[in-house]
Amino acid sequence: MNVISNKWIGQRTIRPDGADKVTGRAAYSADTTLPGLIWGKVLRSPHAHARIKSIDTSKAEALPGVKAVVTAKDLVDFPLDKSVMLGIQDMRWMCRNVMAREKALFHGHPVAAVAATSEEIAAEACRLIVVDYEVLPHVIDIDDAMQPGAPILHDFIQFEGKPSNIAGKLEHKLGDVEAGFAGADVIIERSFSTEPVHQGYIEPHACLVSVSGDGKAVIFSSSQGQFMVRAMTSLLTGIPQSDIRAIPAEIGGGFGGKTIIYLEPVATLLAKKSGRPVKMTMSREEVFRASGPTSGSKSTVKIGATRDGKIVAGQGTFYLQAGALPGSPIRGAAGCAFAPYDIPNVHSLGFDVVSNRSKVAAYRAPGAPIGAYAVECVLDELAEALKIDPLELRLKNAAKQGTKAAHGPVFPRIGFVETLEAARAHDHYKAPLGKLQGRGVASGFWFNAGGESSAQVNITEDGNVAVTTGHPDIGGSRASIANITAELLGIDYNRVSVQIGDTASIGYSNLTGGSRVLFASAMVVTQSTEKVITTLRERAAKIWKIDPEAVTWEDGEARPAGDNAGKFPGLSLADLAARASETGGPIGAGVQLNTTGAEGGFATHICDVEVDAELGIVRVLRYTSFQDVGRAIHPSYVEGQMQGGAAQGIGWALSEEYIYDRNGKVDNAGFLDYRMPVCSDLPMLDTVMIEIPNPKHPQGVRGVGEVPLVPPLAAVANAVANALGKRFYALPMSPPRVLAGLDGA
Amino acid sequence: MTDIRYLAPKTLDEAVGAFAAAQGAARILAGGTDLLVQMRAGVIRPGLIVDIKKISEMTSIEETAGGGFRIGAAVSGAALGEHPRFGRVWPGVLEAVNLIGSTQVQGRASPGGNLCNGSPAGDSVPAMIAAGAVVTVQGPAGRREMPVEAVPAGPGRTNLKPGEIVVSFTLPPRPAGSSDAYLRMIPRTEMDIAVVGVGVSLTMAGGKVTAARVGLGAVAPTVLLVGDAARALIGSTLNEASVEAAAAACRAACKPIDDKRGTIVYRTKVAGVLLKRTVAIAADRAKGG
Repeated sequence: MNVISNKWIGQRTIRPDGADKVTGRAAYSADTTLPGLIWGKVLRSPHAHARIKSIDTSKAEALPGVKAVVTAKDLVDFPLDKSVMLGIQDMRWMCRNVMAREKALFHGHPVAAVAATSEEIAAEACRLIVVDYEVLPHVIDIDDAMQPGAPILHDFIQFEGKPSNIAGKLEHKLGDVEAGFAGADVIIERSFSTEPVHQGYIEPHACLVSVSGDGKAVIFSSSQGQFMVRAMTSLLTGIPQSDIRAIPAEIGGGFGGKTIIYLEPVATLLAKKSGRPVKMTMSREEVFRASGPTSGSKSTVKIGATRDGKIVAGQGTFYLQAGALPGSPIRGAAGCAFAPYDIPNVHSLGFDVVSNRSKVAAYRAPGAPIGAYAVECVLDELAEALKIDPLELRLKNAAKQGTKAAHGPVFPRIGFVETLEAARAHDHYKAPLGKLQGRGVASGFWFNAGGESSAQVNITEDGNVAVTTGHPDIGGSRASIANITAELLGIDYNRVSVQIGDTASIGYSNLTGGSRVLFASAMVVTQSTEKVITTLRERAAKIWKIDPEAVTWEDGEARPAGDNAGKFPGLSLADLAARASETGGPIGAGVQLNTTGAEGGFATHICDVEVDAELGIVRVLRYTSFQDVGRAIHPSYVEGQMQGGAAQGIGWALSEEYIYDRNGKVDNAGFLDYRMPVCSDLPMLDTVMIEIPNPKHPQGVRGVGEVPLVPPLAAVANAVANALGKRFYALPMSPPRVLAGLDGA
Repeated sequence: MTDIRYLAPKTLDEAVGAFAAAQGAARILAGGTDLLVQMRAGVIRPGLIVDIKKISEMTSIEETAGGGFRIGAAVSGAALGEHPRFGRVWPGVLEAVNLIGSTQVQGRASPGGNLCNGSPAGDSVPAMIAAGAVVTVQGPAGRREMPVEAVPAGPGRTNLKPGEIVVSFTLPPRPAGSSDAYLRMIPRTEMDIAVVGVGVSLTMAGGKVTAARVGLGAVAPTVLLVGDAARALIGSTLNEASVEAAAAACRAACKPIDDKRGTIVYRTKVAGVLLKRTVAIAADRAKGG
């Protein structure tokens, strides 16, 4: 149905949360305080792998100022033989990640926690806890974890009948790859590796929890879902959801990393035991040591094509690090890798590998950048071998409406071809390059998601609008929702206020993740607003004593539908709000849905680099992203998503990595030596939005937040190969690696 | 959970007295950009902090008779950058000092702190060594002078005696045809720590190098004065062979480690590359370019 109008939808309105954020007034979780609060601190394992034989907390408990101590014994146990799922998270792993149970599985794994009247006393109490460890051999890298005789993390995990660190396998098959390769004129097969990278959100995890005498808990925390916080805390503490109110604070970045919890259940138990509100904050070091990065990987991709550039078969094997507990994003790697292309024969295989690292968490299109990196680099070599322009090769094989993807769906109207055509036509693609400069292109796909959302739209007594939804706003969703509401009601944007409700004030809403928030919340807000408009027409009809069908809603007021309906001056929102009580009571409506029809997102990126061949430094000179964004409800925040994904992808490609020492301890747990790009490392990241409205959404919205991180790894790698005439198959392409590679050539 | 005492004396005698009396439990606070970070990380827990920023000799910049400079050890990078003449005479020292941290850090961080922190990667140190800077030190036994290269003893350690405080840096007068430069290799473009840092000071006359000094950082336990590199340059016209000989001397002087910031092979090779690039900039400046 795609309501396309330009009064507010598509406008770059000022975000409702903007003034507070730029003046420092916005309240993040660590800004929250309560009378009588005390401080919680986590004792973390000094070993990468150790059996916990006993924990003696008596000295810590005796320290003056200590109010509570918890260990795994205080959390609900989820036995290993029975899976309990919450979304994609298995609570067996979640409870062991929050607090080590049988074993400490990585350096930094929580072992116990203390609450005390000061942070210093809590830290001192942690030092007084005596943990008797039996230190076990540890394993960090994928290859080592899969070697025969490798230290096994979990005895209960079996692969092909034997104890193994391979915790899972996922396979997608389409057609017959053997037959496909038999018909190929050119086949390229290459192996790749990538390092784990952290989401790098600016705000470390933090929470404040108060549990009253009658057992009712209030949690202030920043997360990608207050309902997830409530549900997981309930499962891990045994407190029913009805006794937990989770209040979402402003969030300083998440990128998937805040779709799970670390501190909330621990703080809840400490608050319950002590009777005092408990605040916990992670240091940046704790964030790096113990919160989830995304997986490192090893992969092999083989693609075959006929001489005319038609791809006939694709095969990919992707090994992803899960960290210490199962659950790496193999679905994203194996499922998205070949999805942009119409390939008759595909075999895509993912393996989930555990090792003694912190458990991975979601990161923006989880797994997909890993799959796309390998496939898009092989495509580049294929184009070279076939002497076809790399964008032409992609165009020749691009998925379109009706293409059957290896991971299952048949695509509806999608805009992948348009991204390729726009890239080919852009002046960036034709700009001249200098010495030691190179250009690379790459494309990418992300599933996108729908799911559960709730909204409430209320008309205030003075005739303005208050909208409440249930998703933390990370990417500007409040501004976008206000645009849509103002558009539908025909009123000024500034008359709409949008709130994020807590778990007690709005219906269940799934995570801010999967690029789903604006897609899903636009649906529930649209339907709620339509209900409100129906009520407004009914109220006007009542005042005019005519049939509601004879009333229309136009330009922010009720009007008689035509001359036959009678002649009345229009009734504005303020008029109708003023007379709400006498016409039937307060005006408002809510809708709760499990939304469907999200449909995938596609992007194509062009990257120019220059290499300092004496120092091994790769600098990105120019970068342009082309993306099918469905409909850009708020273009600034769509562009922001595109730029953010490109920036993170450039970091992944060039500089970000975890470095472990011999003892299995992260050696670069801080932003100095974990090198995310800073502003001066990047050029202006240009964006080209291509609007192919999603036919299954009232405003044509497609998710836009994740696909921007899918192409950059390969776009940068292909640009480096183009600049040097030499290809690197491992990320990051950091200066020492590049110089060593050039000297070895 | 120990209490920290804080003193901000107005005279050096008071500062030295308190510092020496604390017998190692005290730390000097200049800009605090290393000290406070180390305290927050729990690396050190001083019982006493002696803030030296109230001592005027330590926060002033003076031009000496003959055209040299005396820079108080606690002068911030930003203050040095705003001095009307210092950067014209010592552009290499200034660019090195101004590379310490971000704009905000520049408002606090000082060359004295950078030297006394003892990091082999401190940015200002190779440039100060190349400049031939001498530090004035005051301790319980009075004042003495040391060349900058004699101060570092190893990562995080100095050759200062107990109770001694670095008071100021003295940079010599510059003959005509002199200039300097500093370059560092960092993976990022800013907000980073040197993987290799090279400071070069040159005096040129008639197209020939008449004096040269080379300081090399982040490739050994301490920042190095590379005499062989200077000797390769002195008397030359900076032809390819002499610059390559100086680069080779820098590579030979390297005693780096493999760590998270770079490999031995990488650091050694980059030391030579940076020497050549730094010499080119210093020579260009010396010729009035």
